[in-house]
Amino acid sequence: MFRIDPVIRSLLVLLACLVALFAFLLGGRFFSFANLQSMAFQLPELGILAVAMMVTMMTGGINLSIITTANLAGITAAFCITRLAGADASSGAVLGITAIAFASAMVVSALVGAANGFVVAHLGVSAILATLGTTTVLEGIGVLITRGSVISGFPDAVLFIGNGALFGVPVPLVIFACCALAVGVWLDRTPWGVGVRMTGSNANATAYSGVDVRRVLMKVYILSGLLCGVAALIMIARFNSARAGYGSSYLLVTVLASVLGGVNPDGGFGKVGGLVAALMVLQVIGSGLNLLGLSPHLAIALWGGILLFVIALRLLRARRAGQ
Amino acid sequence: MPFVIELTGIRKSFGGVHALKGVDFSISPGEVHCLVGENGSGKSTLIKIMSGVHAPDAGEIRIDGKPCARLTPSASIAAGIQVIYQDLSLFPNLSVAENIGIRQYMEKGRRLVDWRRLRKSADDAMRRIGVSLDPDRPVLDLSIADRQLVAICRAIAEDARLVIMDEPTASLTRTEVDALLSVVRDLQRRDLAILFVSHRLDEVMEIARRVTVLRDGEQAGVYDARELDDARLAFLMTGRNFTWDINRTSCDANAPLLEVRNLSKKRNYADISFTLHRGEILGVTGLLGSGRTELALSLFGCSAPDSGEIRVEGTAVRLESNRDAIRAGIGYLPEDRLTLGLVLDQSAGDNAVLTILDSLVGGGGLIDGRRLDATVREWIESLNIKVSDPAVPVRTLSGGNQQKVVLAKWLATNPKILILDSPTVGVDVAAKHGIFEIVKALAAKGIGIILISDEVPEVLCNAHRVLLMRKGRIVGEYRPDSISQKELAVKINAE
Amino acid sequence: MPNDERLSGGTRTGFAALRGEFLLAGVILLLAAVLGVKTDGFLSWSNLFDLLNSYAFVGIMAAGLLTVLISGGIDISFTATATVAQYVVASILVRCGESMGAPFGWIAIFGAAAFTGLLLGAVNGLLVHTLRVSAMIVTIATLNVFYGILIFVTRGKWLYDFPKWFADGVNVWSFTQGGATYGLSLAICALFLVLAGTAFLLNRTTLGRKIYAMGGNPEAAKRMGFNLLGLRLFVFCYMGFLAAIGAVVQAQVMQTVAPNSIVGRELEVLAAVVLGGASLAGGGGTLLGTMLGVALIAILQNGLTLLGVSSYWHQIVIGCVILSSVSATAWNARTIARKGVGIDVPD
Repeated sequence: MFRIDPVIRSLLVLLACLVALFAFLLGGRFFSFANLQSMAFQLPELGILAVAMMVTMMTGGINLSIITTANLAGITAAFCITRLAGADASSGAVLGITAIAFASAMVVSALVGAANGFVVAHLGVSAILATLGTTTVLEGIGVLITRGSVISGFPDAVLFIGNGALFGVPVPLVIFACCALAVGVWLDRTPWGVGVRMTGSNANATAYSGVDVRRVLMKVYILSGLLCGVAALIMIARFNSARAGYGSSYLLVTVLASVLGGVNPDGGFGKVGGLVAALMVLQVIGSGLNLLGLSPHLAIALWGGILLFVIALRLLRARRAGQ
Repeated sequence: MPFVIELTGIRKSFGGVHALKGVDFSISPGEVHCLVGENGSGKSTLIKIMSGVHAPDAGEIRIDGKPCARLTPSASIAAGIQVIYQDLSLFPNLSVAENIGIRQYMEKGRRLVDWRRLRKSADDAMRRIGVSLDPDRPVLDLSIADRQLVAICRAIAEDARLVIMDEPTASLTRTEVDALLSVVRDLQRRDLAILFVSHRLDEVMEIARRVTVLRDGEQAGVYDARELDDARLAFLMTGRNFTWDINRTSCDANAPLLEVRNLSKKRNYADISFTLHRGEILGVTGLLGSGRTELALSLFGCSAPDSGEIRVEGTAVRLESNRDAIRAGIGYLPEDRLTLGLVLDQSAGDNAVLTILDSLVGGGGLIDGRRLDATVREWIESLNIKVSDPAVPVRTLSGGNQQKVVLAKWLATNPKILILDSPTVGVDVAAKHGIFEIVKALAAKGIGIILISDEVPEVLCNAHRVLLMRKGRIVGEYRPDSISQKELAVKINAE
Repeated sequence: MPNDERLSGGTRTGFAALRGEFLLAGVILLLAAVLGVKTDGFLSWSNLFDLLNSYAFVGIMAAGLLTVLISGGIDISFTATATVAQYVVASILVRCGESMGAPFGWIAIFGAAAFTGLLLGAVNGLLVHTLRVSAMIVTIATLNVFYGILIFVTRGKWLYDFPKWFADGVNVWSFTQGGATYGLSLAICALFLVLAGTAFLLNRTTLGRKIYAMGGNPEAAKRMGFNLLGLRLFVFCYMGFLAAIGAVVQAQVMQTVAPNSIVGRELEVLAAVVLGGASLAGGGGTLLGTMLGVALIAILQNGLTLLGVSSYWHQIVIGCVILSSVSATAWNARTIARKGVGIDVPD
């Protein structure tokens, strides 16, 4: 039997309404290739970071360090590329250096994730405080390495990740789809995924059942870190630069998107599908308002408003179901 | 003297469900009364009607003989009715004095705290029941028993004339219960009415005069406390007769399964030695704080002992974590089902297979959904768990069915040894029997079972042998046919 | 009872409740002593007043955030509230600041700021109470709403060129040292007034004690018949009010109003409050602790600057202090929990 999740269903209805509204206001412009393509390029960055946030929220935690992790990973990769590859490097050497740079970015983000995981799982610090601490340190390290400046100028191979397309599909979107699919399947279909949900609802009872809760949490935070690393690669490729402080406004938006997508902020519940639907809602609002010539800040306000509206609706529905 | 409160013909229904179907109840000043019934018998609804939280659909409430048309929460408090809930409703971060005098914060027009008056009312209340606690200490630092005294003091400070106590002895040791009873006797002498609410024959019945029994929202009668015993009360609460026959099955005394030798842990238990055989149900009884749960946690790898040896089927095992214990074939059903036994918000199905997730993995490292569903269905059927859909949160199941899910979770691991810590807490009498039927069937299959419980008839009638623990040590071993329930109860309570 | 081991310091008296504050005060004194020896400028009146001036608005907002945390809530949106209040004030100043003159001008801008803060706080309180979702989520949403609308309306323009009386500020008392004038400026006065008011609220009024009680055990507070909506409205309005006051103070110190000068610093203030021992679980925390937390961060930053440590290192040091503080607290709580009650096993 195939049941569509009610959260996802209502988000899809909302999405349809928004698309209809913008189609009415903008006509064909909303469905123009340019707009669709620009949406497809914008969504993945925020999307991957939101997945990184979501996995931690499902355990009842949070990861306030996703942006700084991503920036540090981006700076690491940028540092490797610009230091190692001179102007006269051969294309083979550039590819090799790019691979090393990407690998070191992923190592850095995994290490940061492991550090967060250690403090949360082994020291027992609440996730909000632990990641508040690490984010401060990470931002400091990022600023220290770059001396507050921008590292820029990457070879085409790197830029392809942010700006290229495979058969007309933007590369970032492909990467996002892979990440979302993988995390979705892991959460839904592996013992670790069940452990994540169980830990989110009641870590003690889960541990009493013989689940290694600390390991579950370590994996969650390492995965969260790695996703930040992936987001970092897309980010530096799109901007053709890295800097401490990019995308800081994304932090709270990823929390917002997760909750909108049906993640229970107290932990235990959430689906990647819901998050993707929520991200599409946010992106359609952003792009639609942009085409209407309205400030992107109005979109941010609307995002907050939509979240409150959806929470209110869910409350009403739960009340009706309770009666 | 008129009754403090008198209820006649009280009816109350919620959305078509009749919680109370015409209940009478009365209590006079200086009376200690017990209200007993199973979960869902209407006890809490009756309390809520007396405290003014719910208004009855029909029936009459008289306070001091005067009819009371509408009893609101504030009117109830004004009439001197105070409810002490099981969780005590204290503020852990506030001091003893503030907790006792908290009502002063709610007086109309009072904006500033009158510390002196607050302190005085706390001192007065404590003096009246003869307790002395540091009024400045945060309640957080107090033991459960002391917290209960604070709750009683608060009721007194608010001029209580009827104190309703919900399951007051649930987490007290025997000494603490005795202290509580002496406080209650004192209140009684001051003409306060005390109503104990319980789901079983409680220690407090020693000093109760009358017992009102509720069954399915109806009154099953008011009895003299002295004429009731466990069996009679169980019959009154359920309307069915349950006989507790002594377990006369035998077990293989030559097949030691678990051998514990000189196990000690500082401040937990000392010098514990016993052997559990294949197919044996070994009862472990003792009061709260006798070390029974602490011992169980060590056997389950959750708290390492300081010294001693644990052998499973002849080989010594080191249990660093409960995963080691599970690997060694040990399962543990915790006493606190709601916070440790189950993940209440998650589905019954996921809870039932939580211990064996890794074994359900099929190709590609993914859980084989069909195998998972089949496993869940198998356990639902074999343990006769009543659940409409395994995907519903396990929270929605009844206590007995929840406990069966916990059992399923452990049976799925195919254990050699199962430790059951107070498996019938919060489970209805009828469901208790269902659980013990399962337990006996498991023993018959050769699983060794350690049954921890302070419910004397339960251990005595289901176990092959009973170990008695007191202050962290094993102080006696009994065979069910060699000791009566009364004798064992006396030994348990002896200090 | 919920969250037992995380609560501390909710009671008015008692030595035990103050342990954390003593430790923090000790660290600060040690730090101050080291800085006093190692640097010339640290132990000087001018430095002290500089510090107070520049951290006054953090202290004011921290007092508000502490109140919300004690009640069992959290507010992430207060930086947006503050920025909105700044724009309201700045608009008044730019439009009709010159014509109003000093005494009436001050009343007008503080009144307008307070009104803005109370209004936005009320929105938060109402939403948190009715939506029954964690306050964190609600206030993240309102942060976006408040800030998004503000920037949409104002187009994110910087505002400056304020009237002279606003630039001069208020000087209750001042002295001159080395050619520069220091004294009890508007910022410092506002900080002390807010601290006195909050201390009075939390420790002397029944309202304050009810806020502690609600944070300690919301279920019991409900059964007691506390007006939970009223209490929540109050704490969020108080937070909004203090955010707005802090905003005016900050605008007066900086003499410019920019869209990004406060928003984004919400976690910094939260870190200071947590460093001061407030519990995110509600019911715990003292004003003294919070102020020590703010002081520690201020002195660290100031000291590192005076020691000539590159500013690039500042955040790393502060982050490490936060991490070690929260780790130590959690580790401590865990050891206590592990020891448990225990039984006296006779020999």
